This record gives sequence, structure tokens and C-alpha cells, in this order.
Amino acid sequence: MLLSACGGASNLSRTLTVYAAASLTDAFTEISQAFEAENPGVTVVFNFAGSQNLRTQIEQGAPADVFASANTKEMETLVSQNFIHADVPQTFLTNQLVVILPKDNPAGIRSLEDLSKPDLKLVFAAEEVPAGRYARQVLENLNPMFGADYKDEVLANVVSNEDNIRQAMTKVQLGEADAGIVYVSDAVAAPELQRIEIPNEVNVLAEYSIASLAESANTELANQFIAYILSPAGQATLEKWGFTPVNP
Amino acid sequence: MSQSYKPFFHKKLSPLTEWLFVLPSLLLLALLALPVLALLWRAGSEGMLSLIAQPSALSALRLSLQTSMLSMLIVIVTGTPLAFVLARRKFRGKTFLELVIDLPVVLPPSVAGIALLIAFGRQGVFGAWLNAIGLTLPFTTMAVVLAQIFVSAPLFVRAARIGFAQIEHQIVEAAYVEGSNEWQLFRFVMFPLAGRAVLSGAMLAWTRAIGEFGATILFAGNLEGVTQTMPLAIYLGLERSLGVALALSTVLVAVSFMLLLVTRRLENHKDDSPNH
Repeated sequence: MLLSACGGASNLSRTLTVYAAASLTDAFTEISQAFEAENPGVTVVFNFAGSQNLRTQIEQGAPADVFASANTKEMETLVSQNFIHADVPQTFLTNQLVVILPKDNPAGIRSLEDLSKPDLKLVFAAEEVPAGRYARQVLENLNPMFGADYKDEVLANVVSNEDNIRQAMTKVQLGEADAGIVYVSDAVAAPELQRIEIPNEVNVLAEYSIASLAESANTELANQFIAYILSPAGQATLEKWGFTPVNP
Repeated sequence: MSQSYKPFFHKKLSPLTEWLFVLPSLLLLALLALPVLALLWRAGSEGMLSLIAQPSALSALRLSLQTSMLSMLIVIVTGTPLAFVLARRKFRGKTFLELVIDLPVVLPPSVAGIALLIAFGRQGVFGAWLNAIGLTLPFTTMAVVLAQIFVSAPLFVRAARIGFAQIEHQIVEAAYVEGSNEWQLFRFVMFPLAGRAVLSGAMLAWTRAIGEFGATILFAGNLEGVTQTMPLAIYLGLERSLGVALALSTVLVAVSFMLLLVTRRLENHKDDSPNH
């Protein structure tokens, strides 16, 4: 372990540190198992959190080899500060949003419009989190359909702004929240929850971006991992978990 | 011990032995002191303290003060009798009860948060009963107070209990001989004599309550003005604006430092009291 910290002198046990958005938890874990099977001696370790949280950690010097963000904004921030070289980031999947409800739907929500009814308990991701920003964008997009106050009325029902999308989903799963807005891929990971689809014309297209860090000591391995993500095998796994691949 | 204790080593030690004592201590001191010093330095040198005037920072500050003061009130009112009983009475199951009271101190705050949610959440084990009387706790300011009480009360009870237990039996005997009943004993003898211990326990508990994060974010959630206390604002603020986080962190360090200073003074005074 000390040897690899000194720059990968050993060929045998190599560790790849991947910082990835919380919504990628299930898909990336499965992909890493296949990747490790194809590359004996390699261990992939993950740090899953809100993309903005990961970006902050990297800015403060955290030692990541690969960064996978749920938007291009965090990636661009790191590029502008030279943590990532300008031509390196690639979009590796797209994602959309969906409304989720606890499996017994305690508040009896039947439509998107119901979200603006008073006295609901909604839990979103915080505005700094990509998922939180996307959710508020969707509400904005729905204003023409449901009235100019729709977004404000829905936001008035928000009782908690979570630090990452999975934490928001947990509150819905526990039945503590009446509804939440999460990624389609998150809903796939929690099939017991009820859903309300968001029409394509008002939905967002979240572009997930992946890149190797400039300071990484494992650039070759990092690029292999990224190549795997973009390969048919990797993209198929992502699709299985509800994401929309870029290379079908 | 009749021999008075000299401050440093009362026999001249070889330089090697002295370094064996001093070096590890210096390393530990460095680990403990440097992060806080660095924080204060960074916050001050980049003029970030003015950011404390931001509405979100002020809201977090106000909420932290309000909730922690209410928590402390409840902790003192309910914890003092408990500490008194633990100090002066023997009964079956007392050891077990003490373990139950001490547990929240060693429990990771996130576990505390999950436990509170599973117990008192809307779908919680006791949630149905609470709903029946119209109470939903998660996402409310009251939930913040409960989370703070959960993690800080054990500290208070422990300190107060030690204070009550240290009162010499002769004084209690004398009070009984003078004809005082239990309430008078408590009010006029035990509480004044244990007062310093009780107060220092309250200060320590208050520091812990103000700093509470894990249980709060899980049980009460995060909403500005309702549940976003200073620690939550710092954690989330770090991702939004390092400046606000630094400003709030400095305030938190200053408040905690002052509370600890008062606690320490109370403890030192205790050693000079006529009890000893």
C-alpha cells in the first residue's frame, strides 16, 4: 500500500480512486466489479457524494484519480482551476428526472399539479446539488402549464434540502416525505416507490461528465476505467440502472 | 498525599527521558491546536468575518442559539432530578440505567439520527402514537431540539451526578439532624454545594448541543430558518461559498471556546470550595 502511494511502483496491487455522483452508486459499483475482474490486482475505491461536495473536496486537495459528475458545471469549475485538463472531460450518459412517492402514497398525490397543494412535505436535494438545480429547473418549466405561481407553491412545500440525491430519496423511502424529485435512475434503484412521470418537453437532460484528474498518479488506469465506462459493456450496465447511454 | 506536588519533574531527569515525555505531548498538541489556528488564520486574513452578516448565516446563528437554549433548559430541568437520584440512591437496575444514559455519548451522531427517525418518524415505531396527538416531529425545529437533547443530556447528567455524589455524607447527616426534609435538603444543601458541578455540566452539554450535526441533519432535515443550525450551514455552505462557512466556523469556535473557558473556571473554583 505504501508503495502505491509513492507512485505505483508495484505492478500488482493498484488502487483507483473514483469520486462519483451519489446517483451513480449502484451502477458504478457493479461496473467496478466487472472492471476488477478484467484487471486482476486492481481495486476500485469509491467516494459517492453530491457532485458539488466532491468538487469541493478536490479543490481542497483530495486525491482522486477519476471524477464523475452529474452535470458539466462542476467539471467546468475544476477545469477552470486546472485540476482537470481542458480537453479531457467526456459526457458518458444522460439522465432525466421523475417524481417519486412512498409506496403507500400517504398524501394521495396523483399528478404533477398536486405537488403545489398546501401542507405537503417535499424533500429535494439542495440547490447546489445538480439534482436539486435540475428539479427547480423542471418546476420552472412547468410554470406555463400550471400557472406562474406553481414553482413557488411547490418550493413552499419543501421541508428539507438534502446534501445529495440519495439522502433525499431515503426520506421518501422511509415515508417521512410525501414526495421527492429524483433521477429516473434513482427510481430504478428503488422499484417499490410509486412514480409520476415528467413529460419530455418539460424534463431536463442531465449530462453526466467523467474525467481523469491532472494530478492523478494512475492516469493510465484512470483512462482504462473511463474507456470501460464508454464501452458497450459499461454502457449496457448504465442502461440497466436507468441511465440513457451515449454509446448505445 | 502529604508531600506537596512540584509542578514539573521534581528530580532532575536525563535529557533523553525529558524528551520522551515532551515529544509525544507536543505532537498531540500540534494535532489538536493547528487545525483550529489555521481556520482562524484563514478566516481572518481573507476578511471573511464580514460574511457573518449574510441572511443565511444570521439565520443559522439565531436558530442555533434558540434551539440550544431551549435544549439546555429541558436538559437541566429534567436532568438534575435524575442526576440527584443516581447519586444518592441505590436501586435494582441502576447500572443498566446508567449505561442507557451514557450510550448517546458514544453513539455516532448519524446512528443517533437514524434511531430518532426510526423511533419518532412519521412511520416510526412510536410515530403512530405521535400522529394520533397531532405531532409530527421530522423536519421541525422541535426535532432539532430533541436531537440536541439526545446527544448532550448524558454529559450533563454525568457531571451533575458526580457533583451530587461528592457532597460529604456528614453534611447530609447534619441536615437530617437539623430536621430538614428531602426537598429542603435538596434545595438548601445539595443544590448549592453541587451548583458548580451542575453548571459546568450544563456548559459542556451546551457546547455539545450547539455543535450537533449528524443527528440533526438526519432527523430534523435541513431547511434555512427552521432546521439549518450553524453546523449544517457550515457543512452545506462549504460547497456553496467557502467564505460563509469559514465565518460561521469562526463564530462556532469562539462560542465553544468561551463556553469551555467558563466550564474550566467553574471546575477550578470547585477545587477551592470548603468541601475539600
